[in-house]
Amino acid sequence: MKKLINLTINDKEYEVAVEPNQTLTDVIRYDIGLTGTKKGCETGDCGSCTVIMDGKPVNSCLVLAMQAAGRNITTIEGLETEDGLDPVQEAFVEKGAVQCGFCTSGMILSAKTLLDRNPNPNEAEIRSAISGNLCRCTGYQKIVEAVESVNK
Amino acid sequence: MSEYDVINSRAPKVDAPAKATGRAVFVDDMSMPGMLYGAILQSPVAHAKIVNIDTSAAEKLPGVKAVITSKEAGLVQYGVSPARYDETIFCHDKVRYVGDEIAAVAATDLETALEAVSLIKVEYEDLPIVLTIDEAMAEGAPVLHDKYPGNLCAEVHQEFGDVEAAFKECDIIKETTFKNKRQDAAFIETQGCLANYDLLGNLTLYTSTQVPHYVQRILAMVLKLPVGKVRVVKPYVGAGFGIKAGTNPMEIISCLLSMKTGKPVKMNYSREQVFMFGRARHQFTHTMKTGVKKDGTIMALEHQCYLDGGAYSSFGIATVYYAGSLLGGPYKMPNMKYDGYRIYTNKPACGAQRGHGGVAARACWEQQLDMIAEELEMDPLEMRLKNMMVAGDTTCNDLNMSSLGMKECIEAVREGSDWNNKKNSLPKGKGIGMACGFFVSGAGYPIYRSETYHSTAYIKLTEDGGTALLYTACAEIGQGCETTFSMIAAEALGIPLDSVRVESGDTDFGVDLGAYSSRQTLMTGHAVKEAAEDVKQQVLAVLSEELKIPAEDMDIKKGVVIFKKDKPDFSEMRVRYIKEHRGWTDNPEEGDELSFKEASRIAYLAKGSIVGTGKYRPQQLGGKFKGAAVGTSPAYGCSAQIVEVTVDEGTGKVTIDKMTDAHDCGRAINRTSVEGQMHGSLSMGVGEAMYEEVKIDDKGKVINSDLAEYKIPTALDMPNMETIIVESDEPNGPFGAKEVGEGAIMPTIPAILNAVYDAIGVRIWELPLTPERVYTAIQEYKDKNK
Ligand code: FES
Ligand code: FES
Repeated sequence: MKKLINLTINDKEYEVAVEPNQTLTDVIRYDIGLTGTKKGCETGDCGSCTVIMDGKPVNSCLVLAMQAAGRNITTIEGLETEDGLDPVQEAFVEKGAVQCGFCTSGMILSAKTLLDRNPNPNEAEIRSAISGNLCRCTGYQKIVEAVESVNK
Repeated sequence: MSEYDVINSRAPKVDAPAKATGRAVFVDDMSMPGMLYGAILQSPVAHAKIVNIDTSAAEKLPGVKAVITSKEAGLVQYGVSPARYDETIFCHDKVRYVGDEIAAVAATDLETALEAVSLIKVEYEDLPIVLTIDEAMAEGAPVLHDKYPGNLCAEVHQEFGDVEAAFKECDIIKETTFKNKRQDAAFIETQGCLANYDLLGNLTLYTSTQVPHYVQRILAMVLKLPVGKVRVVKPYVGAGFGIKAGTNPMEIISCLLSMKTGKPVKMNYSREQVFMFGRARHQFTHTMKTGVKKDGTIMALEHQCYLDGGAYSSFGIATVYYAGSLLGGPYKMPNMKYDGYRIYTNKPACGAQRGHGGVAARACWEQQLDMIAEELEMDPLEMRLKNMMVAGDTTCNDLNMSSLGMKECIEAVREGSDWNNKKNSLPKGKGIGMACGFFVSGAGYPIYRSETYHSTAYIKLTEDGGTALLYTACAEIGQGCETTFSMIAAEALGIPLDSVRVESGDTDFGVDLGAYSSRQTLMTGHAVKEAAEDVKQQVLAVLSEELKIPAEDMDIKKGVVIFKKDKPDFSEMRVRYIKEHRGWTDNPEEGDELSFKEASRIAYLAKGSIVGTGKYRPQQLGGKFKGAAVGTSPAYGCSAQIVEVTVDEGTGKVTIDKMTDAHDCGRAINRTSVEGQMHGSLSMGVGEAMYEEVKIDDKGKVINSDLAEYKIPTALDMPNMETIIVESDEPNGPFGAKEVGEGAIMPTIPAILNAVYDAIGVRIWELPLTPERVYTAIQEYKDKNK
């Protein structure tokens, strides 16, 4: 049985009818159409579905859409402003931290939450903050360099 | 200062902003009106006869639009290489591994499709299974394919020089056996596709592939459609590493379902299905015997290799050849004998993965070279230098090193890692090791025998002037080839990078064999360069007529026309241009140089749309012996690597502290992308060396089919990597460019193994280096040397 819920995503209210077993990832991607949130495993192992929920990065494939009702959610689409890309996005572009791009949304959101609470993290802190986001392309080096460069 | 305006720089990737904002479209981000969802019934058993398939219950389920089996799909055989087409879309007589396709369903939503699949009843008659090479080769073993008795999928026997005679002249002969483990490429985007068969009988498949061209041909062949009615489009792809370089059954099935229902059909592999489908690195068992003279001169290699192939051929024939041929270099070695065997087993098929066929071989051999150096009391780095080939050398198996910065790479990592001060002086438990390797810059021949161009490209100037639209069927899969080709086009045409717009990955744009065997930069790069030069000449020819100056006295650079001699009066031309753009705010001012924009508008007015074309096909390459084609390439990239490790002898835990890699990529087109390929290669090598192993139970089922149990390196596992770009001028490459995507993984595993030995004095001949394996090796060594 579908149920109507309200989701706040990127400061916008959405009213969606969801099944009790639908994940937040699927609702964001297929019902709301914000396909920047990726889906690499659906078992909480890869981090490509990361969104920020009430200030914390979460694997949205492990969250039921119903559990997210009333929470404040930011997806990758929520980072851009009228002034352009978020500095973290900018850094990823500039430093070559993006290869295939499939991990990128999740990586950027994990990095973003780290930088929000710790504007000048060291390498170990960065590595630990993105350790739940798997990337098979970059060996993480340029991602770490990008995050390091943000508030420099 | 670079002599180039665009290439050889660190230009940000053209697709990076779209990917960093979530706007880039991958296949699962697409949808179409009326779209159906497909699901596949895969065999739950590893080897069995199919007695009966009953689809009636599935067909009756509301929402189901089509159910298909081999009856509907037919039995046209396909695969990767025409020499071993051993697959059909669906099994009809028997299944050969857990995951083999039996039937498929299209329904209005995925849940219904999955439920329908569960309603299909299949009656099996179990057959005995073979899961190891020994079982598969045993007398009287059950046979997977009647056509291939003894489960022998492919064998190779090659000898160059005279190995036996050479061994007689050797002072040291070492023989060792090495084993890696079955891998998974673990790209983060699982395979997916969306097929659309339209009302005019045209089929379009959007798919997560590395090779739109090969998929197009297989679809046409298997579905019996005219190839002109089949179009394959690659959206952005979440990487492939070789596994997406063949056609997968889901791609064909989605097309068939779309043809059957007249609706678009979307399908995806779950992560578990990615593991079930496999097609990644084989498990190799290498036995090598190397003979060397007292002074360290390498004389001969006798080499035997067994590949556990799984149930189908996939890329396997190429793999078994590569496993031998890629040891021909980069050291001078006059005698080499190779016997390779690829064996069918009741497991998911193995195929190609980054460093195709050569990674485990290199891991075995480079470790052996270190053993020999130790016995000769030579620095392993010096011994490698002593035997190193130089540009212009040809290997005993006829691979021509038209450029080879191998010595420069070794010197670069020696300095970058401070090798001279560290080798032999690190405390116990810490070690340093090195290795070298090389790889093709594109396979010299297409997968099917053909005189086809390997790449075509065209550039059309916008009629209004100023922008060059580049169309290539190349496959951007994250390596950055859209950026590389935009840069090559801009450089060759003489315009800024942002005046180029690229469209790629669509078979309607031409022929491009795709992203495999590290071929894009060299091969497509040539085609793009030629197209850009063609366009430039066409524009200059019009200017020449208008201005009455020979075309050779003009050029285009940084977006303006250069007059090598006297500057002519082009004011009349400019007036014409401005007249056509009355009210526009960006018209040229008096005194401005003649812009490319003006020139291309004038060219359009004279000739209509300006379109330039380019193409590339390698020259005749390699020797005449059987299998000579595998390993040939117009050029070879090469790497030297030094790795430092810490080994905890109490627990067997290995930590990688630092990696230094130098790679000769010819001329670096985009320096950031070159480093990115080096980083990616190193991290994949670290994963294979340290953690990765696809485990299969005694029923043939993959037991660690998720990214929790199949461990790839995380950000915490990777050390800092120092990457040093060594440039050479490759005569066969566009602007002198060649490979970087795979050569850099070649030395990683042996460098780690050599470093582990340096740390603990124990050699390990099996991967991965789990604490358990390392600890056991240490204990065994201690027991033996008590
Ligand atoms: S899709 Fe959610 S963690 Fe992988
Ligand atoms: S860029 Fe491809 S997975 Fe990270």
